Amino acid sequence: MLPYRDALRVLVAQRRNELVIAPFQAAIVWEELSTRHELDLPYYGSMGKAASTGLGVALAVPHLDVWVLDGDGSLLMNLGCLVTTAHLAPPNLWHFVLENGVYGTTGGQPIPGRDRVDFAGFARAAGFPRVFAFDELAAFERALPTVLARTPDAGPLRGPTFVALRVTAEQFPRRVPRRTTKQALPEVWQTVERIARETVAARDRH
Amino acid sequence: MEATEVSVRASEAVAQLLACGITHVVWLPDSESSFLYQALQQAEAAGQLRVVPICREGEAIPLALGLLMGGQRPVIIIQNTGFFEAGDSLRGQALDFGLPLLLLIGYRGWHPDRAQMTDTAAIYLEPVLRAYGVPFYLLDSPAALPLIPKAYAEAQARRGPVAVLIAGEWE
Repeated sequence: MLPYRDALRVLVAQRRNELVIAPFQAAIVWEELSTRHELDLPYYGSMGKAASTGLGVALAVPHLDVWVLDGDGSLLMNLGCLVTTAHLAPPNLWHFVLENGVYGTTGGQPIPGRDRVDFAGFARAAGFPRVFAFDELAAFERALPTVLARTPDAGPLRGPTFVALRVTAEQFPRRVPRRTTKQALPEVWQTVERIARETVAARDRH
Repeated sequence: MEATEVSVRASEAVAQLLACGITHVVWLPDSESSFLYQALQQAEAAGQLRVVPICREGEAIPLALGLLMGGQRPVIIIQNTGFFEAGDSLRGQALDFGLPLLLLIGYRGWHPDRAQMTDTAAIYLEPVLRAYGVPFYLLDSPAALPLIPKAYAEAQARRGPVAVLIAGEWE
C-alpha cells in the first residue's frame, strides 16, 4: 500500500506544467501539497466526471499534458469513460486512480467490489495502450519517469496512460475545500486557454 | 446509405452547426439525430469538425467543459432518455458554471398533438427543462433549422445551456 498523502507528494515533486484535475479527497490533499494552483482544478461538481473533463481538455489542447487524480468510487460512477478515452486515444492524458477501497469523503464506507475489482484490468480491457499498477511507494517513485513519458506519436501504443495506485484508506479531517470548483475554474480556464492560444501561435510561426 | 448519400436536411443541419463555428460534436446516436450521421462523417473527413462519441450521456457535459476550457466550441447531441441520465452533469456543471452549451436533444415519443404523447421520455422532457431553467426550441421541420444558430447564440449570450429538441425521426 502507498500512503495516500505520500503518493500525491511523489507526483507533486515530478509535476512540471501539467493540468491536474482532482476530485473530492484527492483535491483536498493535492491543494495542500501543490503550489501551481493556476493549473489545479479541484473537482466537486459532479462525482465521477473528472475523467471526462480531463479527456475534453486533452483533446482540445494536444500539447498540454493532463493528469486526472480519480478516486475508485468516482471511477465506478463513470466506468464507460474508460472506453471513451481509449477510443479517442489522446497521448497527453494520464488517468490515475487512487484505490483506497472506500468513499473517503463520506466517512469511509467500502465501495462495491472492494478488494475484488481490478481497475487496471478495466483499463486494459477498455483499450488503454499503457497501464500501470503499483502497491508500493518506492516502486512507484522509481517507475515515474517511465510512467510520465508520453506514448509514441503513432502506432498501437499511442494513447492515454492509466495508473492504478493502491493507497491507504485514511480518514482525513473533514474541512472546507481551499477552493471550490467554481472559485478555481475561472483562473484555471484562463490558464488553459492561454496555453492553447500560445500553442496555436507557435504552430503558426513555424 | 452510402457515405456520399447525405440527405439535404442533414447537410443543412450540419451547415448550420458549422456556421456557428462548432469544432466538436459530442454525440451518442439516437433515432431522432441519426439522420445526421453521414453528414457529420463527411464534415469530419473534410476536417471541418470532430465527432466525439461517448458511451453514456452523463459524459457529454463534463467532456464539453474540457473542450470549452481549451478554447473549442462543442455542441452536444443526445436523446431525451440520456438527457435525464445527464441531469447531474447539467446541474453541477452546465448550470453551476454557466457553460454556453447548445444541446440538441432527440425528442423520443414526440407527437404534434401532445394529448397523444404516451412515452414518458416525451411527457417529462419539457417540464424537466423548465424545472432546470433551460430555454428550449422545437425543431419539427426543415424550416425550423435556423433555430440552431439562434439557440447557439443564445447560449453564448446567457452563458448557459440552451436546448433544441429534434422532434420526430428525420430522414
